[in-house]
Amino acid sequence: MAVFEYIVDVRQVKKSFKDVKAVKGVDLMIKPGEFLALLGPNGAGKTTLVEMIEGIQHPDEGEIFIAGKQWKNHQHELHQMIGLSLQETRFMDKLTAYETMRLFASFYKLGTDRVDEVFKLIGLDEKKKAYVNNLSGGQRQRLALGVALLNKPKILLLDEPTTGLDPNARREIWNILMDLKKGQHTSLILTSHYMEEAEFLCDRIVIMDQGTILAEGTLQEILTLGGGHHSLDELFISLTGRHLYE
Amino acid sequence: MNKITNHQLYRLITAHFAEILREPAVIFWGVVFPILMAWGLGIAFTQKSEVNFKMAIVKAITEKDSIHETKLVGYLVANGFKKDSAYTIALKNEKLGNVSLTFFETSWPNAFTMLKKGEVVLIIEDKTSETKYHFDPANVEAKTAYQLVSALSEHGSSFYAANQANIEPLTMKGTRYVDFLIPGLIAMGIMMACSWGISYTIIDRRSKKLLRRMVATPMKKSNFLFALITARFTLNVAEALLLFLFALLYFGTKVQGSWPALIVIFLAGNIAFSGIAILLSSHTANPEVGNGLINALVTPMMVLSGVFFSYHNFPDWAIPFIKYLPLTMIADCFRSIFNEGAGLVDVWREALILTAVGTVSFIIGLKIFKWY
Repeated sequence: MAVFEYIVDVRQVKKSFKDVKAVKGVDLMIKPGEFLALLGPNGAGKTTLVEMIEGIQHPDEGEIFIAGKQWKNHQHELHQMIGLSLQETRFMDKLTAYETMRLFASFYKLGTDRVDEVFKLIGLDEKKKAYVNNLSGGQRQRLALGVALLNKPKILLLDEPTTGLDPNARREIWNILMDLKKGQHTSLILTSHYMEEAEFLCDRIVIMDQGTILAEGTLQEILTLGGGHHSLDELFISLTGRHLYE
Repeated sequence: MNKITNHQLYRLITAHFAEILREPAVIFWGVVFPILMAWGLGIAFTQKSEVNFKMAIVKAITEKDSIHETKLVGYLVANGFKKDSAYTIALKNEKLGNVSLTFFETSWPNAFTMLKKGEVVLIIEDKTSETKYHFDPANVEAKTAYQLVSALSEHGSSFYAANQANIEPLTMKGTRYVDFLIPGLIAMGIMMACSWGISYTIIDRRSKKLLRRMVATPMKKSNFLFALITARFTLNVAEALLLFLFALLYFGTKVQGSWPALIVIFLAGNIAFSGIAILLSSHTANPEVGNGLINALVTPMMVLSGVFFSYHNFPDWAIPFIKYLPLTMIADCFRSIFNEGAGLVDVWREALILTAVGTVSFIIGLKIFKWY
């Protein structure tokens, strides 16, 4: 595969739903191996932006390139290189964790070796035979993360992967993602309501509100540019007038 | 790597199977319940050795005399079996089957309450000069009760035992109620299994964002739908076979016509309802809306298509419409194959229509199908 400076290249993308302008001309470039946090309150446009990168929404204007390719003509190839975990996805209740993983592995023509590997990676080996509806919230999120990692994705899209989890379960997810970061093969786009998650995991932070990017850079950069705020929380309030979780 | 167990179609089919078979309620409603229904209704309408009609008898308020005064009451007192305030008269006829008539002596208000509750079908107002009968003429049971009681009052119980020589009871296979019922139940099973098993599953998975998650992979969308329909069809075959096996062993139900014709209609019925199920579930992600949509599809057909009782009781103008409902076509074809010895020649037209309905619905459904 060709080497690209940017694995994700979003150029002047706009998207409206009836009268609502969800994304108003956004540019976003992500380097291979880079971990990026997309922060913004509800209605900021981050989900629409991520869905356009995922290929399930099409921009009204602008272009999106994933590894130099566009969704229109390269669906199959792009599906092979993307992994995602949606916040509210519920797998089939009466399948075991192992059967769920094997089902998704079959979509990528992967066998049991990769499934076993992923179970070790997400630390869910002892729950392989448990039905999905018997897993705890944290275990389900780890399973969802495992499913997203099956195809060794070049780009991983995680939509609030730790929302509703207790601190221990959250830390477990973070550790899996930090291990992934060390491998430097995967770029991450993470949407979150937790500042500390963005600080801990990501190289770059993008703050969105009302369909536009308000600030972008490393944590230090955006704190400095934002007028010397002490924390992301403070910066966020000064930029948007709201708390992140609103 | 190329093992069949790693193939997405294999894994999708086994996943759908596992979801169905690991849910005890699905097995109960899909397999056990139709058999219980066949057993209950088959028994209720086939093996009635003695029919009992219940009615209320009311003395007019102005009457001061006791219940002994009229011909009917006189007969009841003389010949009936009295328990509390009820008299029972037994009418015997070997060929017609025995009948018992129970008369509850009561007041007007209570008689009406009993009628409203369905505890009696007829109210007899017994006056010295005359006997009046109050009942709904549209109620066949009430009408029969009236005719029996009025004859009893005129001629005594002997009328019922007369003319036995003229009656030839039909007991051969294919003419009993249960022979009418079983093909209808198998047809209904196809409709219910496809509507709930395919439509509801799709809507439920869409609402849980599982469809969206799946199409974000290289999964072939057609494989998902094909697997769902295949799993459901296989279970429909098993459910129908179990119901038929029960009917064969318990009621001696036989297929008098052609098995290939039966298989063709079974296949065409599954195609029709699978296609309709895909169309029905193509858009909504709300299980409650899905519930309503499915009920809107199945309830009218359950009522109109003559699963339990002949649709020829509906007005004449409605019959041509009812006859072309998918469920009616399947049930009618099954009945003609089971009971009238029909073959492929007799059912090919319905098979074609059902297949066309399924195929067109499937194509339209796929065109407008929302995966997320």
